[in-house]
Amino acid sequence: MARYIVHRLLLMIPTLLGVAALVFLLLRVLPGDIVELKYAGSGTFAPREAIEREKAQLGLDKPLWRQFVDWIGGIARLDFGTSMWTGRPITYEIAIRLELSLELAIMATLVAVLISVPLGTIAALKQDTWVDYFVRIFSIAGLAIPSFWLGIIIILVFIIFFHWLPPLTFTSFRVNPKANLQQLIWPALAVGYRYSAVATRMTRSAVLEVLREDYIRTARAKGLWEKTVLTRHALKNALLPVITVLGLEFAFLVGGLVVTEQVFNLNGIGKLFVEAISQRDYTMVQSLVVLTAFVFIFVNFLVDLVNALIDPRIRYQ
Amino acid sequence: MRPMYRSTRLLVLTVLLLIAALPVRRSFAAQTEKPRYGGELVFAVGGTPPSFDGHRETTFAMLHPLAPHYSTLLRFDPQAYPKIVGDVAEDKWTVSRDGLTYTFKIRKGIKFHDGSDLTSKDVKATYDKIIFPPEGVASARQASYGVVKSIEAPDPYTVVFQLKQISASFIANLASPWNFIYKADILAKDPRWYEKNVMGSGPFVFVEHVPGSYWTGKKNPNYYMKDRPYLDTFKAIFVRDTAPRVAAVRSGQALIEFRGFNPAAQEDIVKTLGKEAVVQESPWICNLTVTINSEKKPFNDPRVRRAMSLAIDRWNASKALSKISLMKYVGGVFRPGSQFATPEAELTKLAGFRKNIEASRKEARALLKAAGVPEGFSFTLKNRNVKEPYEVTGIYTIDQWRQIGLNVNHVMQEEGPYFNDLRQGNYDAAIDFACDFMDEPDLQLQKFLSAKKSPLNYGRYNDEVLDDLYDRQSRLTDKAERLKVLRQFEKRVLDEQAYQFHILWWQRIVPHWTKVQGWKITPSHYVNQDLRDVYLK
Amino acid sequence: MTMAQETARAARTRASGRRIRAWLRVALRFARRRPLGAAGALIILVMLAAAVLAGFIAPYDPLTTDYAAMLQAPSAPHWLGTDAFGRDVLSRIIYGSRTALIVGFCASFLGASLGTVMGVASAYFGGKTDLIVQRFMDLLLSFPLIVLALVVVAVLGTGTLNVILAIMVPMIPRAALVARSSALSLRETPFIDAARALGFGHARIIFRHLLPNVMAPYLILLTAFLGQAILLEASLSFLGLGVAEPVPAWGLMLSGAAVEFAERAPWMAIFPGIAISVSVFAFNLFGDSLRDALDPKLRVS
Repeated sequence: MARYIVHRLLLMIPTLLGVAALVFLLLRVLPGDIVELKYAGSGTFAPREAIEREKAQLGLDKPLWRQFVDWIGGIARLDFGTSMWTGRPITYEIAIRLELSLELAIMATLVAVLISVPLGTIAALKQDTWVDYFVRIFSIAGLAIPSFWLGIIIILVFIIFFHWLPPLTFTSFRVNPKANLQQLIWPALAVGYRYSAVATRMTRSAVLEVLREDYIRTARAKGLWEKTVLTRHALKNALLPVITVLGLEFAFLVGGLVVTEQVFNLNGIGKLFVEAISQRDYTMVQSLVVLTAFVFIFVNFLVDLVNALIDPRIRYQ
Repeated sequence: MRPMYRSTRLLVLTVLLLIAALPVRRSFAAQTEKPRYGGELVFAVGGTPPSFDGHRETTFAMLHPLAPHYSTLLRFDPQAYPKIVGDVAEDKWTVSRDGLTYTFKIRKGIKFHDGSDLTSKDVKATYDKIIFPPEGVASARQASYGVVKSIEAPDPYTVVFQLKQISASFIANLASPWNFIYKADILAKDPRWYEKNVMGSGPFVFVEHVPGSYWTGKKNPNYYMKDRPYLDTFKAIFVRDTAPRVAAVRSGQALIEFRGFNPAAQEDIVKTLGKEAVVQESPWICNLTVTINSEKKPFNDPRVRRAMSLAIDRWNASKALSKISLMKYVGGVFRPGSQFATPEAELTKLAGFRKNIEASRKEARALLKAAGVPEGFSFTLKNRNVKEPYEVTGIYTIDQWRQIGLNVNHVMQEEGPYFNDLRQGNYDAAIDFACDFMDEPDLQLQKFLSAKKSPLNYGRYNDEVLDDLYDRQSRLTDKAERLKVLRQFEKRVLDEQAYQFHILWWQRIVPHWTKVQGWKITPSHYVNQDLRDVYLK
Repeated sequence: MTMAQETARAARTRASGRRIRAWLRVALRFARRRPLGAAGALIILVMLAAAVLAGFIAPYDPLTTDYAAMLQAPSAPHWLGTDAFGRDVLSRIIYGSRTALIVGFCASFLGASLGTVMGVASAYFGGKTDLIVQRFMDLLLSFPLIVLALVVVAVLGTGTLNVILAIMVPMIPRAALVARSSALSLRETPFIDAARALGFGHARIIFRHLLPNVMAPYLILLTAFLGQAILLEASLSFLGLGVAEPVPAWGLMLSGAAVEFAERAPWMAIFPGIAISVSVFAFNLFGDSLRDALDPKLRVS
């Protein structure tokens, strides 16, 4: 097991290096001088020396390979360099926004589980009834409704009918859980609903499959109470594919966060990312992309790990 | 020219300034009640400060959270814009008879937030940085101070500015809200220190900044005005999109947003707040123009440019766009209603400003025909990627051009690429904007001067007639005479050559909670933001 | 006209009639066995018709502003109301289906096709080529869809063409992955060996023999991508990083003004959202059913 984990973790390094190289090159083929662009954007007429100095400060005057090596070296030390836009360390800019986005991601996942597991199970138990159809449509709709639109509608309902708006500035859960939840529960719902869609269908088919297994039939035949059968056996076995699906659909979560943070004016990583792209803050964009790629790869690894742990049939090489 | 004559001219200019000092709008009842102390003012800001250096930045998103931390040399009277009074300088200053030497006395007892005394040394260092920036330091408004020869600090409480030539707008430029007074010792060590740090002498001391989220400050107990500020603390929350910003005010999460909302948002806010809401309105020294790349074909033909201006129905735009956006007033190169503005009767004689749009469009089509493009043509309109009022205006203008056969591809860009393309001439036509902190021909006409003279001119044309008219108006002391030259300038830019032409001027509407008192709207969202006089009821 | 010619013609007509009838039978069977999929297909057809015939069925020009009719509620002249510029919302939604379908089709067609060709080629050549292509695809796969799309926008800028590219790029590795695994099993089959023995070129083998055999997964991918592409386009436009006004596009209709005026003109915020949801819903329904129908292995679950 330990060997498997180490092996997988080591495998992540070349992938991440590749990701970093790809993003780095993509953002460097851009036409125009990025520092000049930045000055232009603020409407300031910067003298040539000011631009050159700033480039030197950002390390942009060095040859490309050197810039890349420096950047990678920095990342290895968890130093992502400075943001071209604000001049502050990228690590700092990310750190102040990470808590919000992480919490939102966790809450959205919880919402997704809370929606998908019960709905999927009910649909399986009532297979081919109107309940089943309703759940299917509900889950396919979840894939179709853009989470930003759902967010817009939620905000509209609040402001029009209640003259109320979820708090605009972030309060940490540790400081004030109520204010914190008030702010994050709505975007978590908007993202979580979409995130739940595939998981609901997975739960349904997993439960269906389990219900057909011999031992469940036996259990039922033995007259065990329906609820016990369900919780003891069926759900336990259905959980694995649900986790897998949530992990595989992690991209949905990221996508949902990126747009929903805009709608709810949440100062998280997603908003930072979109702003960095708008402001052409290239150092920030490349760092954030590597970071998301890392999280993405890591989540996939965790999914495999959980699968391996839960199901001894899955072998780890 | 004899010095005597010059000083008379200066006197006239001062009088002019005083005339300009008449209050913009008297709807605000004189405050009889006594201001209350204490409380926190929460306001929304529609952007985030890129850096903290006022000398370098050009966005209100930097000014609104940062202005409360700083003093300036002169300032606009918060209750009587555009009257200019002293801030760290005393209210009376002297000008030499030749109009070339300005002497300011610095108030005694002003302290920086670190406890040190603010002296003339700091004022000199500040203006040296702005006007003669050290190598590697960017200064946004260096060009406005081209007349300054030197700055001296003969004693700790005296500052002297020596000018190369007479300038009508010099005093106004010293009241610029951007020119925060920095500490000389800090600038000497690191001229870029203020990009990432805050340390001024203003009414509020910096407390905390969470990038992308909020900015807070607390009362400066050692502020030089003993009875100010009234507020204990302030908090600026950053809300980039309009809809949540409006919602922030409606829900009471912010009590005010200083830049301004459109009439629709105003209605929503008033409807929600009822008696708790008060609305302050003012014209705005901001406008949107169409700038045309005069180097490109067919735009190098003045007939084509003129046709493009003729096609735009400003009067209808004013009626329609003023309901859904900040765009409102039909005007030429000066803000309608300002002392320099062209009266409507004269304005409506200029191409594109006539009230009969059908006749104008007919002329436009005829011009296109004469220019050899009878079927119209296609081109790209570059615009800033900001919903209001840029996108709104883009949509309107494109539709107007469609009606004379011009097919427009709308390209919306973020500021960086947008300005970069404009400066490098990498565009056909663009929606450009101008915002100034006061009505002053020297400021407003700058962007129309020859490209080789004005970095603000993206039209890529050189026109000596315009340059000449500009210099002449700058020296004319007789208002009627000056207005005559200004009219000539306007006619040449907008009508004859149509290098760049105005679409509409903006309206500034600030609906806020009645609780917020002591803040008075001005025609510029840049001034009057140090919150010195603001209190909560 | 001779008898023979006439007979031949009649035979041709009969043959084509038979073919049409055969298609109809397939379609009907599909509809009967998968009503949800058929419903999806129906919606897609309606959408296609709307896009193609927009010029005829839209009551107004989507670009024409009418300031006498700003922010009007749904009524007889404007079924779905008007927006802040007095433009007819229904007409903009109808024309918006063009943008959605053009961007969606181009992006998913290019993405799925390029990906499939690369996947098949990589499986066919095997060895080092396969390894390199796979490594590269793995790299692209380690970005969430929207992140990769946003990076492409950051590099290329906004605009319709760039949006198509931005959506296409993340589709490629996903298609390649599926196509490669389907093609791997084909590589060792006798008919490929025979083709090789006959001295056919690589290109011919790949295009003539391998690709037709991965048509089923290709079609499944294409429909699956379509829904995602439409959604992604809407998201990008909503973020201000997609197509620009005044081009009618659903995501764009939801950004800015729609939210700002949502209180007095809720139709502006509601109908474009419904249009997005319904069309993506339709593509998902259809795609699911198509997958079930084309992929017998999946039918069980």
